[in-house]
Amino acid sequence: MSVVEGSEAVAMAIKACRPQVVSAYPISPQTHIVENLAKMVADGELDAQYVRVESEFSAASVVSGASATGSRAYTASSSQGLLLMTEVIYASAGMRLPFVITGVNRTISAPISIQVDHQDTMSLRDSGIIQLYVESVQEAYDTHIAAFKIAEDPKISLPVMVCMDGWILTHSYESVAYMGQEEIDRFLSPFEPEHFLDIKNPKSWGSYADDNVLMEFKYAVHQAMQDGKQRIREIFKELSLLTGRDYRGLVEAYRTEDADTIVIALGSVSGTVKESVDDLRSEGHQIGMVKIRCYRPFPFEDIWEAIKGARRIAVLDANISMGSEGAVGMDLKAKLYGLKNAPLLVDFIAGLGGREINKRALRNILQQLDTVGKKPPFLKEPNWVGLNPTLFP
Amino acid sequence: MKITKGAVVTGGTSLEYKTGDWRDQKPVLNQSWCKACGVCEEDCPDGAIHVEDGAFSIDYDFCKGCGICARECPTEAIQMIPEEK
Amino acid sequence: MGKKPYQKKEDYFVSGHRACHGCGMALAVRHILRATGKEVIVVTPTGCLETFSSPYGFSPWRVPWIHHLFENGPSVASGVAAALKAQKQDSVRVLVIGGDGSTFDIGFGALSGMLEREDDVLYICVDNGAYMNTGGQRSGATPLFSSTTTEPAGKASMGKRQIKKDLPAIVAAHGIPYVATASSAYLRDLREKVKKAMTYHGSRYIQIDTPCPSVWGFPSDQTLEIGRLGVQCGLVPLFEMEEGQIKTIRKIKQKIPVESYLKPQKRFRHLFAGKGGSEALRQIQALADRNIEKFGLLN
Repeated sequence: MSVVEGSEAVAMAIKACRPQVVSAYPISPQTHIVENLAKMVADGELDAQYVRVESEFSAASVVSGASATGSRAYTASSSQGLLLMTEVIYASAGMRLPFVITGVNRTISAPISIQVDHQDTMSLRDSGIIQLYVESVQEAYDTHIAAFKIAEDPKISLPVMVCMDGWILTHSYESVAYMGQEEIDRFLSPFEPEHFLDIKNPKSWGSYADDNVLMEFKYAVHQAMQDGKQRIREIFKELSLLTGRDYRGLVEAYRTEDADTIVIALGSVSGTVKESVDDLRSEGHQIGMVKIRCYRPFPFEDIWEAIKGARRIAVLDANISMGSEGAVGMDLKAKLYGLKNAPLLVDFIAGLGGREINKRALRNILQQLDTVGKKPPFLKEPNWVGLNPTLFP
Repeated sequence: MKITKGAVVTGGTSLEYKTGDWRDQKPVLNQSWCKACGVCEEDCPDGAIHVEDGAFSIDYDFCKGCGICARECPTEAIQMIPEEK
Repeated sequence: MGKKPYQKKEDYFVSGHRACHGCGMALAVRHILRATGKEVIVVTPTGCLETFSSPYGFSPWRVPWIHHLFENGPSVASGVAAALKAQKQDSVRVLVIGGDGSTFDIGFGALSGMLEREDDVLYICVDNGAYMNTGGQRSGATPLFSSTTTEPAGKASMGKRQIKKDLPAIVAAHGIPYVATASSAYLRDLREKVKKAMTYHGSRYIQIDTPCPSVWGFPSDQTLEIGRLGVQCGLVPLFEMEEGQIKTIRKIKQKIPVESYLKPQKRFRHLFAGKGGSEALRQIQALADRNIEKFGLLN
């Protein structure tokens, strides 16, 4: 066990995965990760081509080009940087280029702010990139190692983004158990893609596709995600056996067995929610929580398994689709529609721009759940947690 | 054709796509005037002029009939005639 | 004839591509790859070349080729070059072949980044002076007073109001070892420049003037002729810069007026049709004269 900063733990995971190409562009709060990697390269500990690009657009483009050439590649970004990468990520998913990006969560301008929420990574949910959200530094370390194996699986062959909350995870010190290099090498075999840019076998990438085939290509990406769920479960299971830490599923269910009310969350807030669940349980509430670890592909089967006995669901969305609702709430409602015994689901917009979601906020959410549950028709609007109406003009 | 992972295509497969039917003017090579200088072969944007042991021929499977070869030929050995459709 | 018969060279950009009749760009690309040989990976940003060479299932590229997006040709190439370096594939070289829209405009930031990093990439801009893939809109490479669909000539307009961006000079200012201009009308010169560029490592840049019959508006058999006129009138100077110094200039035989080059092209038709044309022509002639003076184009 070492007590390390989250960013350093991520860099240690990346180093152990032996990427051949790393591209980097600074943006808070991601920067410590690529700085750590730069130092490793400078000290001769990491034998990788480290490309210091002039924008995040190029950071993503460099890893795309490297991946197409058959090299394992990695980059990281946050917020505006991830948005600038968006076009590249869509294209790379369509071209089935498996690289790994750390999406260090930070809110989107304007107003500009460096504080955490999930607006940035959620805006990429439709692109074809696999998204894994982590709760702790240890989980960030372990998940990055799994991420390459998932991305490079021949049945999946898609980019993977490990989403971790900025500052809370990147800049906090936690004790982390590192895996041995030999263990990692056994777990993660070298990248051997089906296609790559090879002068001995010239292939062309990036075709123009007409309406006679385009839909089939989109379906193929979608299906790679859907079928990929089983592979991701298996890879996480393998990771669990290797680490002794529990990564059995695409979601983590916490005290849901007999729960009447279940809170659904992603990322570092899950820890706070678990503590609240314990507190509320001790007060007699039948409450549990589900943490979504893999958000894309969306693991509804796994979520349903955990929530099907519950009467009420509160979704914590650290993002908002302006003019509609939070992304996770919308996903779940769509899947629940028409199901027999579907629980009441209320979407809470919480924690935008770093606004704290503490135990008091969670109690507040439960109270609101009581109110809206009693007053149909409910949910004309998502519920904004901790909004301060005295600030409105 | 079946779709491939990532829409990756084997190189050189455009040879299966004949562009000859784009033509409304057809170059005709007068062999006796041809000095085998190679200008037409070099100047063809479509790679539709073949040369084997110094003998030139026009590949009508691919020639789009742009007329560059006829215009550039220093001995006027190539004439453009209307394409019969 | 005692002369050795002309032998066709191997093509790595083959027939069956869907370029328009008489496309100067397709012609240039054939010869670029004849000069490089087959040990290259080519990156092509979105544009005419990408579109006419990539309909799904039919690729004219007999070298590994990748199109990713419009504005990231240079950075995808940087990634390819980095991967090759990591894999110790020293003999495989990286090319970008992209149009002027991606090079002068949307991908300019990425190009500058690539050059500044000195990544081992030969960047070739096949320049037809507008966004032809979308029907001929104005780009930073569009010449002065050319009529384009987004800056058309009209009663109140003579077309493009600015001169063409001097990209070779901007590129050279990055301190890269080799910068050249070429033309699809001078194919041996083009091939020699590509070969020369391949002898260098680091970032290199060649800008090739590739006349476009469809949008410039001239008959498809005149692609080389128009290209030659552009060079001979002084508007398209052909030169090589090595290590920041002009090393070679393609001299012009005798000075011809810019009218000879402009008049056959529909995009300049308005200069010969009404009021204001003569002043515009005078300004264009001044640009040609400046090139002739600056580069010493005349013997």
